[in-house]
Amino acid sequence: MTEIMLEMKGIIKDFSGVKALNNVNVEVEKGEIHSLCGENGAGKSTLMKVLSGVYSYGDYQGDIIYKGKKCQFKNIKDSESQGIVIIHQELALVPQLSIAENIFLGNEVTKFGKINWDEMFQRAKMFMKIVGLFEDPNTLVGNIGVGKQQLVEIAKAISKDVKLLILDEPTAALNEDDSKNLLQLLLKFKSQGITCIIISHKLNEVMAVADKVTIIRDGQSIETLEKGEGLTEDTIIKAMVGRSLDNRYPDYTPSIGETFFEVKNWDVFHPIHSDRQVIKNANFSIKRGEIVGIAGLMGAGRTELAKSIFGRSYGAKISGQVLKDGKPIKLHTVKQAIDNGLAYVTEDRKGDGLVLIESINENISLASLSNISHYMILDKNKEIKNSEIYKDKMKIKSNDIFQVVGSLSGGNQQKVVLAKWMLTQPDILFLDEPTRGIDVGAKYEIYMIIQEMAKAGKAVCIISSELPELLGMCDRIYTMNEGKITGEVSKLEATQENLMQLMTKNEVAV
Amino acid sequence: MATEKVASTNKNILSIFMAIFQKYSMYFFLVIIMLAFQILSNGILLKPLNITNIILQNSYILILSIGMVILIILNEIDLSVGSITAFVGALSAILSIKMGLPTILSVIICLIVGAAIGAFQGFWVSIVKVPSFIATLAGMLIFRGLTIVVLDGKSLAPYPKSFQTISSGFIPDIFKGGSIHLFTLVISAVIAVVYVLSSVHSRKKKVLSSSPVESNVLFIGKNVLVVIILGLFAYAMAQYEGFPNVLIILSVLILVYRFITNQTTIGRHVYATGGNEKAAELSGINTKKIKFLMFVNMGLLSAVAGIIFSARLNAATATAGNGFELDAIAACYIGGASASGGIGTVLGAIIGGLVMGVLNNGMSLLGIGVDWQQAIKGFVLLLAVAFDIYNKNKSK
Repeated sequence: MTEIMLEMKGIIKDFSGVKALNNVNVEVEKGEIHSLCGENGAGKSTLMKVLSGVYSYGDYQGDIIYKGKKCQFKNIKDSESQGIVIIHQELALVPQLSIAENIFLGNEVTKFGKINWDEMFQRAKMFMKIVGLFEDPNTLVGNIGVGKQQLVEIAKAISKDVKLLILDEPTAALNEDDSKNLLQLLLKFKSQGITCIIISHKLNEVMAVADKVTIIRDGQSIETLEKGEGLTEDTIIKAMVGRSLDNRYPDYTPSIGETFFEVKNWDVFHPIHSDRQVIKNANFSIKRGEIVGIAGLMGAGRTELAKSIFGRSYGAKISGQVLKDGKPIKLHTVKQAIDNGLAYVTEDRKGDGLVLIESINENISLASLSNISHYMILDKNKEIKNSEIYKDKMKIKSNDIFQVVGSLSGGNQQKVVLAKWMLTQPDILFLDEPTRGIDVGAKYEIYMIIQEMAKAGKAVCIISSELPELLGMCDRIYTMNEGKITGEVSKLEATQENLMQLMTKNEVAV
Repeated sequence: MATEKVASTNKNILSIFMAIFQKYSMYFFLVIIMLAFQILSNGILLKPLNITNIILQNSYILILSIGMVILIILNEIDLSVGSITAFVGALSAILSIKMGLPTILSVIICLIVGAAIGAFQGFWVSIVKVPSFIATLAGMLIFRGLTIVVLDGKSLAPYPKSFQTISSGFIPDIFKGGSIHLFTLVISAVIAVVYVLSSVHSRKKKVLSSSPVESNVLFIGKNVLVVIILGLFAYAMAQYEGFPNVLIILSVLILVYRFITNQTTIGRHVYATGGNEKAAELSGINTKKIKFLMFVNMGLLSAVAGIIFSARLNAATATAGNGFELDAIAACYIGGASASGGIGTVLGAIIGGLVMGVLNNGMSLLGIGVDWQQAIKGFVLLLAVAFDIYNKNKSK
């Protein structure tokens, strides 16, 4: 009776030599909810982009067999015409247009080239009713909440006569009620015979709706677990993280001192949606010479936590206390934060870490200009000397320090960002995804630099999505979920399994 | 083998020359059009009187482009500078002509008002976050309107003698050189000596701290070139009435702003903010403050331009400064500023302004009408920027 709706066989996709997908096999039956699980960067989203034609046929290897036929999608339009619709994590809606206009965007109801508004509204209402969205179709999408926007996306999918609906992290931005509604809706669709693929980090949700779970790790499909046949959160976690840890982290013995840096009762609200609390009563501390990790899935609030501490560069209505050496310090501006010995190495080096059109030299000195100037006049010779020192120390590979940063490789760019903050002589160093998108060799070098900082008695905090990295580097790891700190694990106790459990835990730990 | 070596050094020299040419392409272009017009106009272009004219005609645009290039580096723009020029000109006329204030006092008041207008615009752009294109477009209308209001639609003239000399005067010849302006030559000689000494000094310091320096040949060549150009220029000017006052004002402004943009933390903040505002903010730079201050600065320089323009015209009119903003913006882009921010230099903007000024003057000398001048200037702007983009894409 069961009929295979979709079969993806031996999918391989590489980006200039780096294999994002390496032999993925997935089978989806008609009318089931199939979940894809895996760590950040495991390749889930890439796989869905292959399926939906974002990467056209020929850009990848392997076969996609849909309804018994081999597919060769050139673009999203091709896949949509077959009833495959993907809803991305970042919603693709136009906030300035109405709900109805968004539902039929690119697909307008026309009569002789003129939009037939009456019919469009009628049909929009019909689709909105199906997804349980009771709003005026004339309402602007920008004026409704994220949860309802998600429903508009789904209504849009249905209007395209969807047969296979793909949702990428659909509940990442939703609150609990909206998430519940969405999951209910998926179950309703299932009863109507719509097949669904859902990518989610929230294992409890996966458990609630999925019939089958395929786990992807490092670009490979590991196994497919079926409901009633050993599908539990634990088995998912085990399959997600079960990679062998080779010697990718330099050996080092920490020498940990007194508590040095403390954050107490830290609350932060979203800068635009000021009723949404992003960080909820966070408390943590770092000792001298200690490397502390913050683990959490995407959207857990890790970056927001660090940025809000670093001179309030994120968020609104920030409250709480920051102590350094037991004394409260004021961190209202980035300048104050830097003057108090804080440094924050951003997760987005191109977006807000570097001035790409400027030289290595100018980027390295950017946060320390007051130290290399007298009465605002720069001492360029001192600047160059400093940059040369850090270029050597960090092993930045370039022709000279006057090379434009934009022309460097990712690893070298990251080293420039690190050099910039090392030059400020920080006491407390926040590193947000310090090795994202960097090759193994450069990673190792960056780990060495981080350990050297800790050896020098500084407090280091690493935010990372890669659990092995945290396990390999940190003396203590905090876990976060939905803006709360959900746990604290010492190096000895920490395993990928218990971290993952804490990272997906929904209630506050004591 | 010997030939191979020669070939490779030749290739090296060629590539160095190409690099220099690419970096200073607008300088070469300026020299080329100057030579071309010099020949076409039978030597009138570089006559002392005409050089003085070119400086006087373009001084206000050049002054505006100094402030403008800083805003363009910041990824902002100011469309109101022409109107502010007119408004401050009108104000100076009211103060000097109607109220009879001493020149020094009315100049000071004008500068303060100019800075205040800049602060007004800076407030909307950096605090309220109105895009600068819109905020200064509004400023353009507001201050043009207010100019007509304060002048009551009429022109005010003439200015007192002391006010006129700001623009029409020349530095006095304290040495009484007779047919040749001796003081001009003396000043130039002093400047040349100071220039050479200071560049030798900074080179020494660089060598001491093992910072990279250009080769000996290049260093000596550059110094000799500067001294020769300065000497020829001073000799030419000395044959007429010597250096005009405006040239002194302009030179001081160029030197000061070049120093600020190149050698100070403010300059670094400007480039970083324009290059990547988020990165600058996360590095502890107060980008709001920088933007605000640079709009204040633009207002101040607009006031300087307004004073010089109305002193030269010897009248304050409601249409003064029409289109100055566009000329100043064009000068910046011709001078290599990037429309996406972060790139540009004060000297580049000055060269850009001079390119347009020489084109204007040269075409006028050849009897080409204003209509064609406008069109040709447009083409130059387009080609200069296209050439720049082509070069950058090639080097990628």
